[in-house]
Amino acid sequence: MSERFSPVLFSILCFGIAVLYIPILVLIGYSFNASALVNVWGGFSTTWYWELLHNRPILNAAALSLEIGIVASSGAVILGTLAAIALTRYRTFRGRLLLTGMVNAPLVMPEVITGITQLLLFVAMLQSFGWPHRGFTTIIIAHIGFCTAYVTITVQSRLQSADRSLEEAAMDLGSGPVRAFIDTTLPIIAPALAAGWLLSFTLSLDDLVISSFVSGPGASTLPMVIYSKVKLGLSPDVNALASIIIVLVGGCVILAGYVMRRAERKRLLEIQMADR
Amino acid sequence: MNAGTDALEPRRRRSFGDFMERQGHWLIIAPPLIFLIAFFLIPFAFALKISFAETAIHVPPYTDVFSISPDKHINVSLSLANYKYLLTDEVYAVSYMYSLRTAFFSTLICLLLGYPMAYAMSRSSKATQNILLLIIILPFWTSFLLRVYALEGIIRENGLLNTALLRFGLIDHPLKIMRTTVAVYLGIIYSYLPFMVLPLFATLEKLDHTLLEAAADLGNPPWRAFLDITLPLSMPGVIAGSMLVFIPAIGEFVIPSLLGGPDNLMIGRVLWDEFFNNRDWPVASAVAIAFLVLLAGPIALYQHYHVKDMES
Repeated sequence: MSERFSPVLFSILCFGIAVLYIPILVLIGYSFNASALVNVWGGFSTTWYWELLHNRPILNAAALSLEIGIVASSGAVILGTLAAIALTRYRTFRGRLLLTGMVNAPLVMPEVITGITQLLLFVAMLQSFGWPHRGFTTIIIAHIGFCTAYVTITVQSRLQSADRSLEEAAMDLGSGPVRAFIDTTLPIIAPALAAGWLLSFTLSLDDLVISSFVSGPGASTLPMVIYSKVKLGLSPDVNALASIIIVLVGGCVILAGYVMRRAERKRLLEIQMADR
Repeated sequence: MNAGTDALEPRRRRSFGDFMERQGHWLIIAPPLIFLIAFFLIPFAFALKISFAETAIHVPPYTDVFSISPDKHINVSLSLANYKYLLTDEVYAVSYMYSLRTAFFSTLICLLLGYPMAYAMSRSSKATQNILLLIIILPFWTSFLLRVYALEGIIRENGLLNTALLRFGLIDHPLKIMRTTVAVYLGIIYSYLPFMVLPLFATLEKLDHTLLEAAADLGNPPWRAFLDITLPLSMPGVIAGSMLVFIPAIGEFVIPSLLGGPDNLMIGRVLWDEFFNNRDWPVASAVAIAFLVLLAGPIALYQHYHVKDMES
Protein backbone atom coordinates (compact mmCIF):
# COMPACT_ATOMS: atom_id res chain seq x y z
CA MET A 1 0.00 0.00 0.00
CA SER A 2 1.41 3.37 -0.95
CA GLU A 3 1.42 6.23 1.50
CA ARG A 4 -1.16 8.59 0.20
CA PHE A 5 -3.54 10.31 2.51
CA SER A 6 -4.61 13.87 2.89
CA PRO A 7 -2.74 16.32 5.12
CA VAL A 8 -5.91 16.53 7.24
CA LEU A 9 -5.77 12.83 8.07
CA PHE A 10 -2.06 13.09 8.73
CA SER A 11 -2.50 16.02 11.14
CA ILE A 12 -5.31 14.25 13.02
CA LEU A 13 -3.04 11.22 13.42
CA CYS A 14 -0.23 13.43 14.73
CA PHE A 15 -2.63 15.26 17.04
CA GLY A 16 -3.95 11.97 18.45
CA ILE A 17 -0.45 10.69 19.07
CA ALA A 18 0.55 14.00 20.68
CA VAL A 19 -2.49 13.76 22.98
CA LEU A 20 -1.39 10.29 24.02
CA TYR A 21 2.24 11.17 24.66
CA ILE A 22 2.56 14.77 25.86
CA PRO A 23 1.23 14.18 29.39
CA ILE A 24 3.62 11.29 29.94
CA LEU A 25 6.62 13.20 28.58
CA VAL A 26 5.77 16.22 30.73
CA LEU A 27 5.47 13.99 33.77
CA ILE A 28 8.90 12.48 33.12
CA GLY A 29 10.31 15.98 32.59
CA TYR A 30 8.93 17.21 35.89
CA SER A 31 10.32 14.21 37.76
CA PHE A 32 13.75 15.85 37.29
CA ASN A 33 12.57 19.14 38.72
CA ALA A 34 14.67 20.23 41.69
CA SER A 35 11.82 22.31 43.09
CA ALA A 36 9.21 20.66 45.27
CA LEU A 37 6.65 23.07 43.84
CA VAL A 38 5.00 21.50 40.86
CA ASN A 39 4.61 24.71 38.88
CA VAL A 40 8.12 26.08 39.29
CA TRP A 41 11.09 24.76 37.38
CA GLY A 42 13.96 24.73 39.86
CA GLY A 43 16.62 23.19 37.65
CA PHE A 44 17.62 19.64 36.85
CA SER A 45 17.96 17.26 39.75
CA THR A 46 17.60 13.59 40.58
CA THR A 47 16.68 14.30 44.23
CA TRP A 48 13.24 12.70 43.99
CA TYR A 49 14.68 9.46 42.68
CA TRP A 50 17.07 9.23 45.64
CA GLU A 51 14.26 10.14 48.00
CA LEU A 52 12.32 7.09 46.79
CA LEU A 53 15.04 4.80 48.10
CA HIS A 54 14.29 5.96 51.64
CA ASN A 55 10.53 5.82 51.35
CA ARG A 56 9.65 2.65 53.26
CA PRO A 57 5.89 2.52 52.45
CA ILE A 58 6.56 2.90 48.73
CA LEU A 59 9.35 0.30 48.72
CA ASN A 60 7.20 -2.19 50.65
CA ALA A 61 4.25 -1.59 48.36
CA ALA A 62 6.46 -2.01 45.30
CA ALA A 63 7.80 -5.31 46.63
CA LEU A 64 4.28 -6.55 47.35
CA SER A 65 3.06 -5.51 43.91
CA LEU A 66 5.96 -7.23 42.16
CA GLU A 67 5.39 -10.41 44.13
CA ILE A 68 1.66 -10.40 43.37
CA GLY A 69 2.34 -9.59 39.73
CA ILE A 70 4.75 -12.50 39.24
CA VAL A 71 2.53 -15.08 40.96
CA ALA A 72 -0.72 -13.85 39.41
CA SER A 73 0.57 -13.62 35.85
CA SER A 74 2.18 -17.07 36.06
CA GLY A 75 -1.11 -18.51 37.29
CA ALA A 76 -3.01 -16.63 34.59
CA VAL A 77 -0.70 -17.93 31.84
CA ILE A 78 -1.39 -21.53 32.90
CA LEU A 79 -5.16 -21.13 33.20
CA GLY A 80 -5.43 -18.85 30.17
CA THR A 81 -3.45 -21.21 27.93
CA LEU A 82 -5.62 -24.15 29.01
CA ALA A 83 -8.75 -22.10 28.31
CA ALA A 84 -7.41 -21.05 24.90
CA ILE A 85 -6.62 -24.66 23.98
CA ALA A 86 -10.07 -25.73 25.18
CA LEU A 87 -11.80 -23.06 23.09
CA THR A 88 -9.82 -23.58 19.88
CA ARG A 89 -9.48 -27.39 19.93
CA TYR A 90 -12.77 -28.59 21.36
CA ARG A 91 -15.65 -27.24 19.36
CA THR A 92 -18.36 -28.87 21.43
CA PHE A 93 -18.29 -29.48 25.14
CA ARG A 94 -20.68 -28.75 27.92
CA GLY A 95 -19.89 -25.31 29.30
CA ARG A 96 -18.21 -23.99 26.15
CA LEU A 97 -20.54 -21.03 25.92
CA LEU A 98 -20.11 -20.38 29.63
CA LEU A 99 -16.32 -20.47 29.33
CA THR A 100 -16.39 -18.15 26.31
CA GLY A 101 -18.56 -15.70 28.22
CA MET A 102 -16.47 -15.81 31.38
CA VAL A 103 -13.26 -15.34 29.40
CA ASN A 104 -14.53 -12.27 27.56
CA ALA A 105 -16.62 -10.64 30.27
CA PRO A 106 -13.75 -9.29 32.41
CA LEU A 107 -12.63 -7.16 29.46
CA VAL A 108 -15.76 -5.04 29.70
CA MET A 109 -16.93 -5.70 33.26
CA PRO A 110 -16.57 -2.55 35.37
CA GLU A 111 -13.86 -3.12 37.94
CA VAL A 112 -15.99 -1.85 40.80
CA ILE A 113 -18.48 -4.67 40.19
CA THR A 114 -15.83 -7.40 39.90
CA GLY A 115 -14.14 -6.01 43.00
CA ILE A 116 -17.17 -5.90 45.25
CA THR A 117 -18.56 -9.28 44.17
CA GLN A 118 -15.22 -11.01 44.71
CA LEU A 119 -14.81 -9.40 48.10
CA LEU A 120 -18.23 -10.68 49.18
CA LEU A 121 -17.23 -14.19 48.10
CA PHE A 122 -13.94 -14.02 50.01
CA VAL A 123 -15.69 -12.78 53.15
CA ALA A 124 -18.23 -15.61 52.94
CA MET A 125 -15.45 -18.15 52.33
CA LEU A 126 -13.49 -16.89 55.29
CA GLN A 127 -16.58 -17.23 57.48
CA SER A 128 -17.25 -20.80 56.33
CA PHE A 129 -13.79 -22.29 55.75
CA GLY A 130 -11.47 -19.90 57.59
CA TRP A 131 -9.65 -19.20 54.30
CA PRO A 132 -8.57 -16.98 52.54
CA HIS A 133 -7.62 -14.03 54.70
CA ARG A 134 -7.97 -10.73 52.91
CA GLY A 135 -4.64 -9.53 51.58
CA PHE A 136 -1.94 -11.19 49.52
CA THR A 137 -3.94 -14.37 48.72
CA THR A 138 -7.20 -12.68 47.81
CA ILE A 139 -5.47 -10.10 45.60
CA ILE A 140 -3.66 -12.90 43.75
CA ILE A 141 -6.87 -14.86 43.16
CA ALA A 142 -8.64 -11.74 41.91
CA HIS A 143 -5.76 -10.81 39.61
CA ILE A 144 -5.51 -14.32 38.17
CA GLY A 145 -9.21 -13.97 37.36
CA PHE A 146 -9.00 -10.93 35.10
CA CYS A 147 -5.51 -11.68 33.72
CA THR A 148 -6.67 -15.14 32.58
CA ALA A 149 -9.08 -13.38 30.23
CA TYR A 150 -6.31 -11.41 28.55
CA VAL A 151 -3.98 -14.43 28.28
CA THR A 152 -6.76 -16.55 26.75
CA ILE A 153 -7.46 -14.01 24.05
CA THR A 154 -3.77 -13.51 23.25
CA VAL A 155 -3.05 -17.25 23.05
CA GLN A 156 -6.31 -18.07 21.28
CA SER A 157 -5.54 -15.93 18.24
CA ARG A 158 -2.09 -17.49 17.98
CA LEU A 159 -3.40 -21.04 18.35
CA GLN A 160 -5.90 -20.50 15.57
CA SER A 161 -3.05 -19.83 13.16
CA ALA A 162 -0.99 -22.80 14.43
CA ASP A 163 -0.96 -25.75 12.08
CA ARG A 164 -2.49 -28.72 13.84
CA SER A 165 -1.15 -31.18 11.24
CA LEU A 166 2.37 -30.87 12.71
CA GLU A 167 1.08 -32.16 16.02
CA GLU A 168 -0.81 -34.97 14.32
CA ALA A 169 2.32 -35.90 12.39
CA ALA A 170 4.28 -36.08 15.65
CA MET A 171 1.58 -38.32 17.13
CA ASP A 172 1.65 -40.57 14.06
CA LEU A 173 5.39 -40.89 14.60
CA GLY A 174 4.68 -42.24 18.07
CA SER A 175 4.74 -39.24 20.37
CA GLY A 176 2.12 -39.09 23.09
CA PRO A 177 -0.35 -36.20 22.88
CA VAL A 178 1.43 -34.17 25.57
CA ARG A 179 4.86 -34.77 24.03
CA ALA A 180 3.54 -33.90 20.55
CA PHE A 181 2.04 -30.68 21.87
CA ILE A 182 5.26 -29.68 23.65
CA ASP A 183 7.41 -30.45 20.58
CA THR A 184 5.30 -28.86 17.87
CA THR A 185 2.61 -26.43 19.03
CA LEU A 186 4.23 -25.02 22.16
CA PRO A 187 7.17 -23.41 20.30
CA ILE A 188 4.69 -21.75 17.95
CA ILE A 189 2.52 -20.29 20.71
CA ALA A 190 5.46 -19.49 23.04
CA PRO A 191 5.62 -15.81 21.96
CA ALA A 192 1.91 -15.48 22.79
CA LEU A 193 2.54 -17.01 26.20
CA ALA A 194 5.32 -14.50 26.81
CA ALA A 195 3.14 -11.64 25.62
CA GLY A 196 0.26 -12.87 27.78
CA TRP A 197 2.51 -13.08 30.81
CA LEU A 198 3.85 -9.57 30.27
CA LEU A 199 0.39 -8.15 29.70
CA SER A 200 -0.89 -9.86 32.85
CA PHE A 201 2.09 -8.60 34.81
CA THR A 202 1.53 -4.97 33.81
CA LEU A 203 -2.24 -5.26 34.41
CA SER A 204 -1.65 -6.75 37.83
CA LEU A 205 0.97 -4.12 38.66
CA ASP A 206 -1.50 -1.40 37.65
CA ASP A 207 -4.72 -2.59 39.24
CA LEU A 208 -6.15 -0.22 41.82
CA VAL A 209 -9.89 -0.81 42.05
CA ILE A 210 -10.15 -4.60 42.37
CA SER A 211 -7.14 -4.74 44.71
CA SER A 212 -8.62 -2.05 46.95
CA PHE A 213 -11.83 -4.04 47.36
CA VAL A 214 -10.33 -7.46 48.03
CA SER A 215 -7.32 -6.33 50.03
CA GLY A 216 -7.26 -6.34 53.79
CA PRO A 217 -5.54 -4.24 56.41
CA GLY A 218 -1.77 -4.09 55.99
CA ALA A 219 -1.67 -5.19 52.35
CA SER A 220 -1.22 -2.04 50.29
CA THR A 221 -0.13 -2.50 46.72
CA LEU A 222 1.79 0.17 44.81
CA PRO A 223 -1.26 1.63 43.01
CA MET A 224 -3.08 1.89 46.34
CA VAL A 225 -0.20 3.90 47.84
CA ILE A 226 0.09 6.05 44.70
CA TYR A 227 -3.65 6.68 44.64
CA SER A 228 -3.77 7.86 48.23
CA LYS A 229 -0.81 10.20 47.61
CA VAL A 230 -2.25 11.54 44.35
CA LYS A 231 -5.63 12.11 45.97
CA LEU A 232 -3.85 14.71 48.14
CA GLY A 233 -2.41 16.47 45.08
CA LEU A 234 0.64 16.25 42.85
CA SER A 235 3.77 15.12 44.58
CA PRO A 236 7.29 15.14 43.17
CA ASP A 237 8.24 11.68 44.44
CA VAL A 238 5.22 10.18 42.67
CA ASN A 239 6.52 11.84 39.48
CA ALA A 240 9.83 10.02 39.91
CA LEU A 241 8.17 6.72 40.74
CA ALA A 242 5.77 7.06 37.81
CA SER A 243 8.66 7.80 35.44
CA ILE A 244 10.52 4.69 36.57
CA ILE A 245 7.46 2.48 36.09
CA ILE A 246 6.60 3.99 32.70
CA VAL A 247 10.14 3.68 31.32
CA LEU A 248 10.54 0.14 32.67
CA VAL A 249 7.23 -1.09 31.30
CA GLY A 250 7.70 0.74 28.01
CA GLY A 251 11.19 -0.72 27.61
CA CYS A 252 9.93 -4.24 28.36
CA VAL A 253 7.11 -3.90 25.81
CA ILE A 254 9.42 -2.65 23.06
CA LEU A 255 11.92 -5.40 23.84
CA ALA A 256 9.20 -8.06 23.88
CA GLY A 257 7.84 -6.78 20.57
CA TYR A 258 11.32 -6.91 19.06
CA VAL A 259 12.01 -10.44 20.32
CA MET A 260 8.62 -11.68 19.09
CA ARG A 261 9.10 -10.17 15.65
CA ARG A 262 12.55 -11.70 15.36
CA ALA A 263 11.25 -15.12 16.42
CA GLU A 264 8.43 -14.81 13.90
CA ARG A 265 10.79 -13.82 11.10
CA LYS A 266 13.09 -16.73 11.95
CA ARG A 267 10.16 -19.13 11.89
CA LEU A 268 8.95 -17.86 8.50
CA LEU A 269 12.49 -18.16 7.15
CA GLU A 270 12.74 -21.74 8.38
CA ILE A 271 9.42 -22.58 6.75
CA GLN A 272 10.66 -21.11 3.48
CA MET A 273 13.89 -23.10 3.75
CA ALA A 274 11.95 -26.27 4.47
CA ASP A 275 9.69 -25.69 1.48
CA ARG A 276 12.57 -25.29 -0.90
CA MET B 1 9.54 -60.17 35.86
CA ASN B 2 10.18 -58.01 32.82
CA ALA B 3 8.07 -60.20 30.61
CA GLY B 4 5.22 -59.92 33.11
CA THR B 5 5.12 -56.13 33.10
CA ASP B 6 5.52 -56.01 29.34
CA ALA B 7 2.51 -58.21 28.94
CA LEU B 8 0.48 -56.04 31.27
CA GLU B 9 1.64 -52.75 29.82
CA PRO B 10 -0.27 -52.61 26.52
CA ARG B 11 -3.61 -53.42 28.13
CA ARG B 12 -3.28 -50.88 30.88
CA ARG B 13 -2.11 -48.30 28.41
CA ARG B 14 -4.96 -48.96 26.05
CA SER B 15 -7.64 -48.56 28.67
CA PHE B 16 -5.93 -45.47 30.04
CA GLY B 17 -5.58 -44.21 26.46
CA ASP B 18 -9.24 -44.86 25.84
CA PHE B 19 -10.14 -42.93 28.92
CA MET B 20 -7.91 -40.05 27.82
CA GLU B 21 -9.40 -40.20 24.37
CA ARG B 22 -12.92 -39.84 25.69
CA GLN B 23 -12.50 -37.70 28.78
CA GLY B 24 -8.95 -36.32 28.57
CA HIS B 25 -10.11 -32.97 27.26
CA TRP B 26 -11.62 -32.28 30.66
CA LEU B 27 -8.10 -32.16 32.09
CA ILE B 28 -7.60 -29.10 29.90
CA ILE B 29 -11.06 -27.58 30.15
CA ALA B 30 -11.77 -28.12 33.84
CA PRO B 31 -9.09 -25.98 35.55
CA PRO B 32 -9.95 -22.65 33.89
CA LEU B 33 -13.67 -23.44 33.86
CA ILE B 34 -13.79 -24.30 37.56
CA PHE B 35 -11.56 -21.39 38.55
CA LEU B 36 -13.65 -18.86 36.64
CA ILE B 37 -16.94 -20.29 37.90
CA ALA B 38 -15.67 -20.20 41.48
CA PHE B 39 -14.06 -16.77 41.44
CA PHE B 40 -15.89 -14.89 38.71
CA LEU B 41 -19.42 -16.29 38.45
CA ILE B 42 -20.26 -17.40 41.99
CA PRO B 43 -19.28 -13.99 43.45
CA PHE B 44 -22.28 -12.53 41.64
CA ALA B 45 -24.54 -14.95 43.51
CA PHE B 46 -23.10 -13.65 46.77
CA ALA B 47 -23.60 -10.06 45.74
CA LEU B 48 -27.20 -10.88 44.82
CA LYS B 49 -27.74 -12.55 48.20
CA ILE B 50 -26.23 -9.72 50.20
CA SER B 51 -28.16 -7.11 48.26
CA PHE B 52 -31.23 -8.58 50.01
CA ALA B 53 -29.62 -8.39 53.45
CA GLU B 54 -29.75 -5.53 55.89
CA THR B 55 -26.89 -3.50 57.22
CA ALA B 56 -25.74 -4.64 60.64
CA ILE B 57 -23.03 -3.63 63.02
CA HIS B 58 -20.95 -6.76 63.15
CA VAL B 59 -18.37 -8.57 61.06
CA PRO B 60 -19.22 -8.87 58.21
CA PRO B 61 -21.51 -5.83 58.27
CA TYR B 62 -24.77 -7.38 57.08
CA THR B 63 -27.50 -9.67 58.36
CA ASP B 64 -27.94 -13.30 57.34
CA VAL B 65 -30.36 -13.88 54.51
CA PHE B 66 -30.57 -17.59 55.20
CA SER B 67 -30.53 -18.82 58.77
CA ILE B 68 -31.35 -22.15 60.36
CA SER B 69 -33.69 -21.88 63.29
CA PRO B 70 -33.41 -24.28 66.27
CA ASP B 71 -36.26 -26.41 64.88
CA LYS B 72 -34.21 -27.05 61.71
CA HIS B 73 -36.18 -24.78 59.47
CA ILE B 74 -34.37 -22.56 57.05
CA ASN B 75 -35.47 -19.03 57.49
CA VAL B 76 -35.17 -16.74 54.54
CA SER B 77 -35.39 -13.05 55.27
CA LEU B 78 -35.26 -11.17 52.02
CA SER B 79 -35.27 -7.45 52.41
CA LEU B 80 -36.11 -5.33 49.41
CA ALA B 81 -35.23 -2.22 51.40
CA ASN B 82 -31.95 -1.67 49.54
CA TYR B 83 -33.59 -1.68 46.13
CA LYS B 84 -36.38 0.59 47.36
CA TYR B 85 -33.70 2.89 48.68
CA LEU B 86 -32.02 2.98 45.26
CA LEU B 87 -35.31 4.09 43.73
CA THR B 88 -36.17 6.69 46.36
CA ASP B 89 -32.79 8.39 46.77
CA GLU B 90 -32.36 10.17 43.50
CA VAL B 91 -28.56 10.24 43.68
CA TYR B 92 -28.48 6.73 42.16
CA ALA B 93 -30.67 7.49 39.16
CA VAL B 94 -28.88 10.79 38.61
CA SER B 95 -25.43 9.24 38.78
CA TYR B 96 -26.45 6.40 36.48
CA MET B 97 -27.81 8.80 33.85
CA TYR B 98 -24.75 10.99 34.26
CA SER B 99 -22.46 7.98 33.75
CA LEU B 100 -24.36 6.93 30.62
CA ARG B 101 -24.23 10.43 29.16
CA THR B 102 -20.54 10.90 29.93
CA ALA B 103 -19.65 7.49 28.51
CA PHE B 104 -21.75 8.09 25.40
CA PHE B 105 -20.26 11.46 24.49
CA SER B 106 -16.70 10.43 25.29
CA THR B 107 -17.16 7.35 23.11
CA LEU B 108 -18.44 9.56 20.31
CA ILE B 109 -15.46 11.91 20.56
CA CYS B 110 -13.08 8.93 20.73
CA LEU B 111 -14.68 7.59 17.56
CA LEU B 112 -14.44 10.93 15.74
CA LEU B 113 -10.78 11.25 16.71
CA GLY B 114 -9.88 7.57 16.47
CA TYR B 115 -11.45 6.81 13.09
CA PRO B 116 -9.27 9.21 11.05
CA MET B 117 -6.24 8.02 13.04
CA ALA B 118 -6.96 4.37 12.29
CA TYR B 119 -7.76 5.24 8.67
CA ALA B 120 -4.48 7.11 8.22
CA MET B 121 -2.65 4.17 9.80
CA SER B 122 -4.33 1.67 7.49
CA ARG B 123 -3.23 3.67 4.42
CA SER B 124 0.44 3.84 5.47
CA SER B 125 3.16 1.52 4.26
CA LYS B 126 3.73 -1.70 6.18
CA ALA B 127 6.88 -0.40 7.89
CA THR B 128 5.20 2.83 9.03
CA GLN B 129 2.20 0.79 10.16
CA ASN B 130 4.30 -1.30 12.50
CA ILE B 131 5.84 1.76 14.10
CA LEU B 132 2.47 3.52 14.42
CA LEU B 133 0.95 0.39 15.90
CA LEU B 134 3.66 0.27 18.55
CA ILE B 135 3.08 3.97 19.28
CA ILE B 136 -0.64 3.35 19.83
CA ILE B 137 -0.16 0.14 21.81
CA LEU B 138 2.47 1.54 24.17
CA PRO B 139 0.09 3.80 26.16
CA PHE B 140 -2.26 0.81 26.39
CA TRP B 141 0.43 -0.96 28.42
CA THR B 142 1.30 2.07 30.49
CA SER B 143 -0.29 2.27 33.90
CA PHE B 144 -3.82 3.61 33.68
CA LEU B 145 -3.58 5.29 37.07
CA LEU B 146 -0.30 6.98 36.18
CA ARG B 147 -1.65 8.22 32.86
CA VAL B 148 -4.62 9.83 34.59
CA TYR B 149 -2.18 11.36 37.05
CA ALA B 150 -0.02 12.61 34.16
CA LEU B 151 -3.04 14.27 32.57
CA GLU B 152 -3.60 16.21 35.78
CA GLY B 153 -0.18 17.78 35.24
CA ILE B 154 -1.39 19.16 31.89
CA ILE B 155 -4.85 20.45 32.74
CA ARG B 156 -4.45 21.74 36.29
CA GLU B 157 -4.66 25.46 36.92
CA ASN B 158 -0.90 26.03 36.63
CA GLY B 159 -0.37 23.12 34.26
CA LEU B 160 1.19 23.05 30.83
CA LEU B 161 -1.99 23.90 28.91
CA ASN B 162 -2.81 27.02 30.89
CA THR B 163 0.83 28.14 30.96
CA ALA B 164 1.05 27.83 27.19
CA LEU B 165 -2.27 29.55 26.50
CA LEU B 166 -1.37 32.42 28.87
CA ARG B 167 2.07 32.80 27.35
CA PHE B 168 0.63 33.09 23.85
CA GLY B 169 -1.95 35.55 25.09
CA LEU B 170 -4.89 33.40 24.03
CA ILE B 171 -6.51 33.67 27.46
CA ASP B 172 -6.27 36.20 30.30
CA HIS B 173 -7.10 33.94 33.18
CA PRO B 174 -6.18 30.30 33.61
CA LEU B 175 -8.95 27.96 32.49
CA LYS B 176 -10.57 25.98 35.24
CA ILE B 177 -10.54 22.44 33.89
CA MET B 178 -9.62 20.27 36.88
CA ARG B 179 -12.56 19.11 38.99
CA THR B 180 -15.04 19.81 36.19
CA THR B 181 -16.99 17.70 33.73
CA VAL B 182 -14.56 18.69 30.97
CA ALA B 183 -11.71 17.09 32.92
CA VAL B 184 -13.67 13.84 33.19
CA TYR B 185 -14.28 13.85 29.41
CA LEU B 186 -10.63 14.58 28.69
CA GLY B 187 -9.60 11.83 31.09
CA ILE B 188 -11.81 9.21 29.47
CA ILE B 189 -10.85 10.19 25.91
CA TYR B 190 -7.17 10.27 26.75
CA SER B 191 -7.24 6.93 28.58
CA TYR B 192 -9.46 4.98 26.19
CA LEU B 193 -8.36 6.30 22.78
CA PRO B 194 -6.07 3.29 22.06
CA PHE B 195 -9.01 0.93 22.75
CA MET B 196 -10.89 2.69 19.96
CA VAL B 197 -8.04 2.95 17.45
CA LEU B 198 -6.82 -0.67 17.63
CA PRO B 199 -10.05 -2.52 16.64
CA LEU B 200 -10.76 0.16 14.00
CA PHE B 201 -7.31 -0.28 12.52
CA ALA B 202 -7.72 -4.08 12.54
CA THR B 203 -10.86 -3.89 10.36
CA LEU B 204 -9.68 -1.02 8.13
CA GLU B 205 -6.40 -2.79 7.43
CA LYS B 206 -8.22 -5.85 6.10
CA LEU B 207 -10.36 -3.71 3.81
CA ASP B 208 -10.13 -4.54 0.13
CA HIS B 209 -8.84 -1.38 -1.52
CA THR B 210 -9.69 -2.56 -5.01
CA LEU B 211 -13.33 -1.87 -4.11
CA LEU B 212 -12.48 1.78 -3.56
CA GLU B 213 -10.54 1.92 -6.82
CA ALA B 214 -13.49 0.37 -8.62
CA ALA B 215 -15.79 2.99 -7.12
CA ALA B 216 -13.42 5.75 -8.25
CA ASP B 217 -13.21 4.26 -11.76
CA LEU B 218 -16.99 4.35 -11.94
CA GLY B 219 -16.82 8.07 -11.28
CA ASN B 220 -17.77 8.20 -7.61
CA PRO B 221 -16.26 11.02 -5.58
CA PRO B 222 -14.07 9.83 -2.66
CA TRP B 223 -16.58 10.83 0.03
CA ARG B 224 -19.23 8.78 -1.74
CA ALA B 225 -16.96 5.75 -1.87
CA PHE B 226 -16.17 6.25 1.81
CA LEU B 227 -19.85 6.35 2.81
CA ASP B 228 -20.86 3.46 0.57
CA ILE B 229 -17.91 1.13 1.02
CA THR B 230 -15.39 1.96 3.73
CA LEU B 231 -17.81 2.94 6.48
CA PRO B 232 -20.20 -0.04 6.16
CA LEU B 233 -17.31 -2.49 5.89
CA SER B 234 -15.61 -1.04 8.97
CA MET B 235 -18.75 -1.30 11.13
CA PRO B 236 -17.46 -4.33 13.10
CA GLY B 237 -14.45 -2.24 14.14
CA VAL B 238 -16.65 0.74 14.97
CA ILE B 239 -18.87 -1.41 17.18
CA ALA B 240 -16.00 -3.25 18.87
CA GLY B 241 -14.08 -0.02 19.53
CA SER B 242 -17.14 1.83 20.79
CA MET B 243 -18.08 -0.99 23.15
CA LEU B 244 -14.53 -1.24 24.48
CA VAL B 245 -14.72 2.46 25.36
CA PHE B 246 -18.37 2.83 26.30
CA ILE B 247 -18.84 -0.09 28.71
CA PRO B 248 -15.78 0.40 30.93
CA ALA B 249 -16.26 4.18 30.82
CA ILE B 250 -19.71 3.88 32.44
CA GLY B 251 -18.21 2.13 35.44
CA GLU B 252 -15.08 4.29 35.56
CA PHE B 253 -13.88 5.13 39.05
CA VAL B 254 -10.33 6.46 38.87
CA ILE B 255 -11.02 9.25 36.35
CA PRO B 256 -14.02 10.92 38.05
CA SER B 257 -12.35 10.44 41.41
CA LEU B 258 -9.03 12.05 40.50
CA LEU B 259 -10.03 14.57 37.81
CA GLY B 260 -13.71 15.23 38.50
CA GLY B 261 -15.29 17.51 41.04
CA PRO B 262 -17.90 16.69 43.67
CA ASP B 263 -20.74 16.95 41.10
CA ASN B 264 -19.17 14.42 38.75
CA LEU B 265 -20.87 11.53 40.44
CA MET B 266 -20.40 8.53 38.23
CA ILE B 267 -21.91 5.24 39.30
CA GLY B 268 -18.53 3.61 39.94
CA ARG B 269 -17.65 6.39 42.33
CA VAL B 270 -21.01 6.15 44.11
CA LEU B 271 -20.51 2.43 44.61
CA TRP B 272 -16.99 3.01 45.92
CA ASP B 273 -18.17 5.65 48.40
CA GLU B 274 -21.08 3.49 49.53
CA PHE B 275 -18.66 0.69 50.25
CA PHE B 276 -15.59 2.43 51.65
CA ASN B 277 -16.98 5.62 53.17
CA ASN B 278 -20.48 4.62 54.30
CA ARG B 279 -19.46 0.99 54.84
CA ASP B 280 -22.92 -0.03 53.66
CA TRP B 281 -22.22 -3.37 51.99
CA PRO B 282 -25.83 -4.37 51.27
CA VAL B 283 -26.59 -1.08 49.50
CA ALA B 284 -23.28 -1.28 47.62
CA SER B 285 -24.23 -4.82 46.52
CA ALA B 286 -27.64 -3.64 45.41
CA VAL B 287 -26.00 -0.83 43.39
CA ALA B 288 -23.66 -3.38 41.79
CA ILE B 289 -26.51 -5.76 40.90
CA ALA B 290 -28.75 -3.00 39.53
CA PHE B 291 -25.82 -1.62 37.56
CA LEU B 292 -25.01 -5.05 36.16
CA VAL B 293 -28.60 -5.60 35.05
CA LEU B 294 -28.54 -2.26 33.23
CA LEU B 295 -25.20 -3.15 31.64
CA ALA B 296 -26.34 -6.60 30.51
CA GLY B 297 -27.62 -5.27 27.18
CA PRO B 298 -24.40 -3.56 26.03
CA ILE B 299 -22.24 -6.44 27.34
CA ALA B 300 -24.35 -9.02 25.50
CA LEU B 301 -24.06 -6.95 22.33
CA TYR B 302 -20.29 -6.81 22.71
CA GLN B 303 -20.08 -10.56 23.40
CA HIS B 304 -22.22 -11.27 20.36
CA TYR B 305 -19.94 -9.34 18.01
CA HIS B 306 -16.76 -10.43 19.70
CA VAL B 307 -17.56 -14.15 19.66
CA LYS B 308 -18.64 -13.94 16.03
CA ASP B 309 -15.38 -12.21 15.25
CA MET B 310 -13.28 -14.83 17.06
CA GLU B 311 -15.07 -17.73 15.36
CA SER B 312 -14.47 -16.40 11.86
